Amino acid sequence: MTESLAISKFSDLANPTRFLALAARLLPFMAAVTAILFAVGLYLSFATEGDYQQGMTVRIMYVHVPAAWLSMMCYTVMAVSAIGTLVWRHPLADVSHKAAAPLGAAFTLIALATGSLWGRPMWGTWWVWDARLTSVFVLFLMYLGLIALNRAMDDPSRAARVSAVLILVGFVNIPIIKFSVDWWNTLHQPASVIRMGGPTIDQEFLWPLLIMAIAFTLLFFTLHVMAMRNEIWRRRVAAQRRMAARLAGRESGSEA
Amino acid sequence: MTALLLRDLKLSVRAGGGALIGVLFFMTVVAVIPFGVGPDLNLLSRIGPAIVWIGALLSALLGLDRMFQTDREDGSLDLLLMQEHPLVLTVLMKCLAHWLGNGLPLVIASPLLGLFMNMNEMAIGATMLTLFVGTPALTFIGAVGAAVAVALPRGGLLVSILVLPLAIPVLIFGVSASYAAVEDPAPFMPPFLILVAITMFFAVLGPLGAALALRNAGD
Repeated sequence: MTESLAISKFSDLANPTRFLALAARLLPFMAAVTAILFAVGLYLSFATEGDYQQGMTVRIMYVHVPAAWLSMMCYTVMAVSAIGTLVWRHPLADVSHKAAAPLGAAFTLIALATGSLWGRPMWGTWWVWDARLTSVFVLFLMYLGLIALNRAMDDPSRAARVSAVLILVGFVNIPIIKFSVDWWNTLHQPASVIRMGGPTIDQEFLWPLLIMAIAFTLLFFTLHVMAMRNEIWRRRVAAQRRMAARLAGRESGSEA
Repeated sequence: MTALLLRDLKLSVRAGGGALIGVLFFMTVVAVIPFGVGPDLNLLSRIGPAIVWIGALLSALLGLDRMFQTDREDGSLDLLLMQEHPLVLTVLMKCLAHWLGNGLPLVIASPLLGLFMNMNEMAIGATMLTLFVGTPALTFIGAVGAAVAVALPRGGLLVSILVLPLAIPVLIFGVSASYAAVEDPAPFMPPFLILVAITMFFAVLGPLGAALALRNAGD
């Protein structure tokens, strides 16, 4: 019974107006919580002690690691939306994965750039062709390819369905990124927070990192909802323009 | 199904010489490399398998955008979509025909290019074998890209961009298997078997994805 209720609630959102109303109510709260968490997280990440070996550069981690997590989570959100597009033909799913692609590209770029800045003092090089770095770079290229594909098609619903297929095929890459550091013995360190047997990272670093991770996740969802809202409005404007153009054509035709 | 295979094969050989152009492109890419890195035979024999693989990858991309586009232009794609046969099987047949027309000539041409690259017999044999096993995977992955971009007026470049990231694992294991055959400590079988697994995996996923995209891309 509860499940059917959840499904009906979910399909209620297929009406864009309901979604817009919900978004308008939720967005201020989400933005506020994100801002507070960022304030706390940034304060903590500068207030805690530096690493005895890495010194101040360890603070790059508080941006780098959450951005890297988000780059993978964003693709997962896109894959779930892609299933929504193909299986249930949910109209919001189209909008969702289209709006998420630029966000994912941005988070991936942040992860790559901060990782590069961190690698310079620690590994002595800006870039190495190590398994994790390469596969994240491939993820970045896939985001850009999806954006290019979406822009290349005029009809939004067809573009959504076709790019959904591609998203699902490209999802193969996500486990490869996740486990690349375990499968190949490379320069990038293996996972130290989410692993069997508890985190190996010190408490001192764990707290700011977790708060920053939650802040980044909320930031993603806030931006995602905002981008979806913009996309819906953009489609409405396009539809109204088309209608106005048709009306104008009819009027000038009757005058002539 | 056999009729479709034969028809596609004939088309790929006769119309426009797609297969020949792929092989020519392959040879040109490989021939350009010594101009770039210099005619040092030792260096060439060391990077040879990698160069041959990259050349094959690039030329496999070359013919991909025409895979479904020609059918769409003359209307036969609509007939294929309306058939009683499952679309997945049709796409699989088209992939096989495309591979026989475009991928197999690359494999056959690769020993010659291996000689140019001063590779020894062992390395040439290993490269040819890995290409033979790996190029079908490129075709299957490419089929998804080709089906996605079928309705686009200038989809060729986009197909390459979409397909290349997905083709990277094939390249990695193909090249590492070729090297493992030459260099003693590394065993040949593990990367080779992974390459076989990748090909089989995409033989299922590729036609499925391509069929889904073709159904949705119809006007």
